[in-house]
Amino acid sequence: MTSTTEPARRTRHVRNARTWTPVDGTLLQVDDLHVEFHTRDGVAKAINGVSLEVRQDETLAILGESGSGKSVTAQAIMGILDTPPAYITGGQVRYCGTDLLTVDEKVMQTVRGAEIAMIFQDALSALNPVFSVGWQIAEMFRVHRGTNRRDAEEAAIRLMERVHIPAARERVHNYPHQFSGGMRQRIMIAMAIALDPHVLIADEPTTALDVTVQAQIMDLLKELQAESHMGLILITHDLGVVADVADRIAVMYAGRLVEKADVRRLYADPAHPYTLGLLESIPRLDQQGQRLNAIGGLPPNLTRIPAGCPFHPRCRFATAVCRVGAPPPLVEIAPGREAACHHVDEVVGHHLLTRDLGVAAGGTR
Amino acid sequence: MSGEAILRAEGLKKYYPIRRGVTRSHVGNVKAVDGVSFDLHSGETLGVVGESGCGKSTLGRLLVQLEQPTEGKVWFQDRDMFTLSRTELRRARRDIQIVFQDPYTSLNPRKTVGDIVGEPLEIHPEVVPHGDRRRRVQELLDLVGLNPEHINRYPHQFSGGQRQRIGIARGIALNPKVLVCDEPVSALDVSVQAQVVNLLQDLQRELGLAYVFIAHDLSVVRHISDRVAVMYLGRIVELGDEHQIYDRPLHPYTQALLSAVPVPDPEARADKKQIMLSGDVPSPANPPRGCRFHTRCPLLQAHPEMMERCSGTEPALDLHDDGQGQHRAACHFARRLIEV
Repeated sequence: MTSTTEPARRTRHVRNARTWTPVDGTLLQVDDLHVEFHTRDGVAKAINGVSLEVRQDETLAILGESGSGKSVTAQAIMGILDTPPAYITGGQVRYCGTDLLTVDEKVMQTVRGAEIAMIFQDALSALNPVFSVGWQIAEMFRVHRGTNRRDAEEAAIRLMERVHIPAARERVHNYPHQFSGGMRQRIMIAMAIALDPHVLIADEPTTALDVTVQAQIMDLLKELQAESHMGLILITHDLGVVADVADRIAVMYAGRLVEKADVRRLYADPAHPYTLGLLESIPRLDQQGQRLNAIGGLPPNLTRIPAGCPFHPRCRFATAVCRVGAPPPLVEIAPGREAACHHVDEVVGHHLLTRDLGVAAGGTR
Repeated sequence: MSGEAILRAEGLKKYYPIRRGVTRSHVGNVKAVDGVSFDLHSGETLGVVGESGCGKSTLGRLLVQLEQPTEGKVWFQDRDMFTLSRTELRRARRDIQIVFQDPYTSLNPRKTVGDIVGEPLEIHPEVVPHGDRRRRVQELLDLVGLNPEHINRYPHQFSGGQRQRIGIARGIALNPKVLVCDEPVSALDVSVQAQVVNLLQDLQRELGLAYVFIAHDLSVVRHISDRVAVMYLGRIVELGDEHQIYDRPLHPYTQALLSAVPVPDPEARADKKQIMLSGDVPSPANPPRGCRFHTRCPLLQAHPEMMERCSGTEPALDLHDDGQGQHRAACHFARRLIEV
């Protein structure tokens, strides 16, 4: 794709030397990933053995609360963790069979953006305020493909149209502050899909947005995925968004995956007490004016994760076995379904209080 | 829930001037709140929902006199708050308190929890005699579910949910009758959010508080509110009890807002009917003529023949028939768009 009209000396672009092909449809596979942060208060174990995989056309949601390690997982995959304070202490991130943690930075530059791209939560702080949005989108083409300025700008306009920014040609020279929150997020998405990546990581893409705009953005992501067959990793804490778009869900707590399942089974019959607690804490209709089923206590401090299962201090199923030794491993409890709990049998089929979740949110059914 | 109105807003307006150039000449107004009226009864919860920029936070600040209105009145127990003398206002402020959204920036990091929660008692020394204040602060901490022994700790030693409890303890320190909660749970994680909502409901039951509960999360508002006001561009577009707003919404904006809420149930995905709103909220500096919502209204898009009426005259917040009774909506053609 290098432009032939442009002399090579002017384009110090990143050359994509190799081609990447998925192994059996699996694009990205994370294996037993460990990340630590070395802080003044000690070593915070942000990720403690996370394994997950994303296939073509699939949407994997990573669900967790703040501090659960969901964003750190994404940053580790992208290779954008700052070292120090963060250290990847174990595991593999295999993209199309190659461990990205072992390749050198030159190769990584060809992966980032072109193969795996990321959308950040806060579009205003992720965009550069002193360059026009067109320039920032076009930069993807200039840097990665060595496209000349004029062609890159044309490509940027086409991308802005593709993410449905009205009057793209007139607005290409506008600056980020001249756009609304939803439009800025669209610009972020345009930058991320510029090079047709195979994996798109969206880190809380709609958290800062209003519900009506949130729905527009999620729709756009679905539409783009259908066009390009991307694998989408959606990082969020919103149980509603996940139910709407995800195929599979990985629930994180204190740097571990506690449950993996397809979306319908997870909502219908959660296998981990934490997932159960999250679903029960959603306000629902027949509980109007009553107390919500809150999960007591707080998530653990990552520098002092309790022994045994990290969730045991907040867990109503916890027994002596949960409080000692190593945390329960993530084991397969049914085909395509994994949970990390000593008491899976009790939790599965537990009378889920939240039978009619949808109604509480309003007249949507 | 019943009884006379304890707090009444009447035609409240708040305009912020836009100034340009070296002379700072006045070129326009941001109409943050543009004519809002409602009643709040003692012991009830009025939910205020709307998207960012609709003026719901400004409304909250007007109610507790943190802002002076451009126009309009706030009546508290039949007294106009803005005509009170300084001493009277000081006394009245004891009865209306506020809890802010962000528990990280609304607490002074250099003060201990005891100082923060005790500050209202310093400002209004007549409420609790000096010698009893420390005991009262510990009582308050206990009431909101914090360890009273942590009175000498600093805010950074607490988690987000605990900090919001500190903010609530400060809000109820003077035994107010009305507590304005400005997005009190928005910054919190789901599991902690439920704890704080429970706390607010317990306090309401124990202390007989009336809440103005401002939030953008429609399901939390539904859970806690007796009545709900939906705001768009500085105005209330629909006002009714919780069933009227959520089960029988009349204003197209309310219906679109409700249909956009992601439902935490994957089974609902297939038969979900969503009203997609196009575009963004217009600037409050230059709201559309006529009905403020007409530029994005799905009802108008389906019936362009209504354009003249909708872009010509602004609809009043009138009673309309919702099928099982009447409630207030500001729409010329208030009716159901989708069947639930």
